Amino acid sequence: MRAIITVIGTDKVGIIAEVSRVLAENQVNILDISQTIMQDMFTMIMLVDVSKSKIAFSALSDTLSSLGDALGLSIRIQHEDLFNSMHRI
Amino acid sequence: MINRLEILETIKMISEEHLDVRTVTMGISLLSCAANDIDTVCTRIYDKITHQAEHLVKTAVDIETEFGIPIINKRISVTPAALICESIKDADSFVKVAQALDKAAKTTGVDFIGGFSALVHKGATRGDKLLIDSIPEALATTDKLCSSVNVGTTKAGLNMDAVRKMGEVIKQTAHLTEDKDGFGCAKLVVFCNAVEDNPFMAGAFHGVGEPDAVINVGVSGPGVVKCALEKVKGADFGTVADTIKNTAFKITRMGQLVAQEASKRLNIPFGIVDLSLAPTPAVGDSVAYILEEMGLEQCGTHGTTAALALLNDAVKKGGVMATSYVGGLSGAFIPVSEDAGMIAAAQSGALSLEKLEAMTCVCSVGLDMICIPGDTSAETISAIIADEAAIGMVNNKTTAVRVIPAPGKKVGDVVEFGGLLGSGPVMNVNLKSSADFIARGGRIPAPIHSLRN
Repeated sequence: MRAIITVIGTDKVGIIAEVSRVLAENQVNILDISQTIMQDMFTMIMLVDVSKSKIAFSALSDTLSSLGDALGLSIRIQHEDLFNSMHRI
Repeated sequence: MINRLEILETIKMISEEHLDVRTVTMGISLLSCAANDIDTVCTRIYDKITHQAEHLVKTAVDIETEFGIPIINKRISVTPAALICESIKDADSFVKVAQALDKAAKTTGVDFIGGFSALVHKGATRGDKLLIDSIPEALATTDKLCSSVNVGTTKAGLNMDAVRKMGEVIKQTAHLTEDKDGFGCAKLVVFCNAVEDNPFMAGAFHGVGEPDAVINVGVSGPGVVKCALEKVKGADFGTVADTIKNTAFKITRMGQLVAQEASKRLNIPFGIVDLSLAPTPAVGDSVAYILEEMGLEQCGTHGTTAALALLNDAVKKGGVMATSYVGGLSGAFIPVSEDAGMIAAAQSGALSLEKLEAMTCVCSVGLDMICIPGDTSAETISAIIADEAAIGMVNNKTTAVRVIPAPGKKVGDVVEFGGLLGSGPVMNVNLKSSADFIARGGRIPAPIHSLRN
């Protein structure tokens, strides 16, 4: 299963490193990554493969969410199909 | 990879604009639970529901987590209870059925269970009458149970005996739940042209034309529509309609996705997506605010009906392409106590009961969650039901009445229900009597539909 991770918040050093570390620890593979600054907000979007993840999706979601809290950012992970179905026929 | 802006748009809709799936409702047929003995009926009902819906809540929560979409309510609708209890001989036993349904709802962890219902649009059987008699006590002694009665259809006309009776039942229900400001009435709805696959409460039941079990989904998202309209300020109505259509399409696609996933994981057929705009009391999640965004100073003023007609139609046009099966009530809801903008409009006097009645001609679904003075007579409530049912009957649409005659409350007072049901200002009703009209009884014949003018 593929999922989209979005990281939104104030820019600081080491955001990608921290998120990547959590993903690597849990065997989540990063397939694509892009980041930019939009309206002064750091926004990063990652496409990841969670099929070999060591932990359940809900646990991964909680882990990323707590990392977001620690970094002062909003981090979400959502099934790729949500975006496909909403924006593609 | 999916376009960045599209991803961020979706995230913004969910995190800032209150986009959510209002309900995943599992319809369950209870026709196999009929029996002569009340205890057997109750046991069969409880067993069937708890078995069929065992994984409903967990599955919905899993989908919520994986897709990051809030699913606000998980619900169950069942076959109208009057149909499976026809052999039961007293109203007290119907209360036991209500309690069995409530217990099953609590065991499965759902928010509501609907289907303590009777369909009496042309006449009532003994079972129907007993069920209707038992509604006040059933609602006063349960927590999750919702009840509905269909009193008319376009094909059958209006059963005015049932209309008269429901005025009394609503009064009695308010009386028995007096300690909670008549809260029981918030779980009771009187329909004309009730639909069999409605996922929304209080009117959900599982019709006899439905399969053994089915998954229906109701979407929400007034806040998303309001935010989309903010970007086209001053544009003409063609642009307004297009903007609403585009937004409704996206909202409904999400509902379709959730419905398909739930259906697949529970191995229960997907029924319909209800193309609805359902408000919540949260600021920014209001249908009234959408109408005001179109250029009305406050909801209820002249122009409101036209604005609502445009909104309702555009929601359907946008949504219908986004899902394989459309059903339920499909349209914008205008429950007064559940909509911050409607509450404000009713409090300021801009929105009256009469205007709400006009608005129900062009939207889904009827006079909904409206608090009226506690001393309103049963006949007046029946007459309010008759007016609303007549609109549904003549216009071939579903209409409903869910009013709360809050005991001891007067016009201008506010009744607090809490949660999704919000708080309602007590609204003014016409004080002239309708008693002789309601006392007539009988049936209002079905309207003619060949000479349309």
